[in-house]
Amino acid sequence: MSAPTIPDPSAPLTPSGNLRRRQLVSRAAELVATAAAIAAIAVLAIVIWTVASRGIKTIDLDFVFTGYPTGVGPMLLGTIVISLVATLIAMPIGVLIALFLTEYAGARGVRSMKMVLDLLNGLPSIVLGVFVFALLVDHKQQSAFAGAVALAIIELPLIARGSQEVLLLVPKGLREASDALGVARWRSVVTVILPTALGGIVTATVLAVARAAGETAPLILASSVFDPKSFSVNPFEALPNVPVWIYKLSEEGNPEGFNEAWGMSLLLVSFILFASLGARALLARSKRKLSQ
Amino acid sequence: MNPPDQAVPSRVRIQTGATALPTGATGTTAAPAFQPELVFDARGVSISYGAKQALAAVNLGIRRGEITALIGPSGCGKTTFLRSLNRMNDSVPGFRIEGSVLYHGHELYGGNVDQVEVRRRIGMVFQKPNPFPKSIYDNVAWAPRNLGLRRGLDERVETALRGAALWDEVKDRLKDSALGLSGGQQQRLCIARAIAIEPDVLLLDEPASALDPIATGAIEDLMHSLKGRFTIVIVTHNMQQAARVADRTAFFSLETGGEKPVGTLIEVGDTTQIFSDPRDPRTRDYVTGRFG
Repeated sequence: MSAPTIPDPSAPLTPSGNLRRRQLVSRAAELVATAAAIAAIAVLAIVIWTVASRGIKTIDLDFVFTGYPTGVGPMLLGTIVISLVATLIAMPIGVLIALFLTEYAGARGVRSMKMVLDLLNGLPSIVLGVFVFALLVDHKQQSAFAGAVALAIIELPLIARGSQEVLLLVPKGLREASDALGVARWRSVVTVILPTALGGIVTATVLAVARAAGETAPLILASSVFDPKSFSVNPFEALPNVPVWIYKLSEEGNPEGFNEAWGMSLLLVSFILFASLGARALLARSKRKLSQ
Repeated sequence: MNPPDQAVPSRVRIQTGATALPTGATGTTAAPAFQPELVFDARGVSISYGAKQALAAVNLGIRRGEITALIGPSGCGKTTFLRSLNRMNDSVPGFRIEGSVLYHGHELYGGNVDQVEVRRRIGMVFQKPNPFPKSIYDNVAWAPRNLGLRRGLDERVETALRGAALWDEVKDRLKDSALGLSGGQQQRLCIARAIAIEPDVLLLDEPASALDPIATGAIEDLMHSLKGRFTIVIVTHNMQQAARVADRTAFFSLETGGEKPVGTLIEVGDTTQIFSDPRDPRTRDYVTGRFG
């Protein structure tokens, strides 16, 4: 007689039929998925370890604060200036886009604007580089400002989406309260809604800066012909900057230059790491405050 | 303004269509010579959200300087009606209103009426206390500042807080965050915030439903003290509360006239009459607890 399709209720509760095989497959799937997750962590750890172990011996005070050939101070300063200009452009526009999404747009406007931001976020940075090159550099001259415009385009969707997320957490009751007091919406936005969401907006901006600070492609086109000795902050000339300098040094095949490149990489990675972690901690804190 | 017909007793004719007579629910038991001044005169007001009709053909007059309570079971449209009195429903998607709401004789939903101006004169306090995440002082001072009433701001804040019976509890910590107050104090702060700009009308949407009995008592005392200075409309599903505070009471219920139940005004009259001698059997069932 063939095996009964309905298990015998009195049989012991151990796996029967092909259950043992199904359990093995399920176990294997779990293992592969876990391994993939561990691989991601491993990649991050290996990158940080490699950069840190090779870069740490190059870094000292001279390296950070003097110019070529003993240090990379001008590049650090230039990257700070370029990121600052980019953020000054991107932050107001990004916050205004977020306000449009949360306070003014209808459902259709929100959907299409979100798609636009996602597309903007997906644009390859070399395309943005070519764009600012054609717009601001070609037939003129390279400038930190042109690079900053490209970086601002990279930061814009990140700031807008991040700020939108926090603005949505501002309780509906606060908007109703200010509406019911006969105060025009824009005044409520400026004096109640934005201050309530400020922590999250700052976080989104820091994350965007961390992402943009290491972008190389636009700067190769916009700010790559510079004097590595001069500490300049003039955004209307090409400024020395970290990503382009790393790129140049690694092109040269000079062992001293490699060491310098590792050192700068370590500075860049640490900045991005600490900015991201700090920003996330800040965001968690302001979300907690908002959801009270 | 079209005064209510004195021949109609204080009993509501149940209107079934938009052609309802404008006089149905505004009747009065007073002597024919006495003509109360109406702040609101709702005539044949029907409200729907999208395809769902929330309220059918309400005729209701709100008298100046009195407290009018709107009572009834959940979902009967009393809050919907209240929110239509200062156009807070306008931002709800799909909101549509038919009929006419006169405010001191002006059509509230007229073409040239500005929502912000409406709410400047008709303040509202919500079910859940919603103080701004600012100091106690700044909560009360916020609306006057934004409306250009900066002169004598300190006195204005003190008067409002005294008016809301909160001054003695908070006068030594005006700079502390409003979020540190108890629920009952927060709600009185919201009332202080609303009366700081000296509105004509106060709409209270179940202001005590989130509070304990002691805080509720404080809010009710407060309403007695505000009576006369402001016209007050309060939504409550606590019948004792209506009996304690209101001069007049309007009873709303869900009626299944067509296929779907629709919020309907059943009866309006002096509070003592509604609770001791209701004309409509449905009102009697509700106020004696035999509802449902």
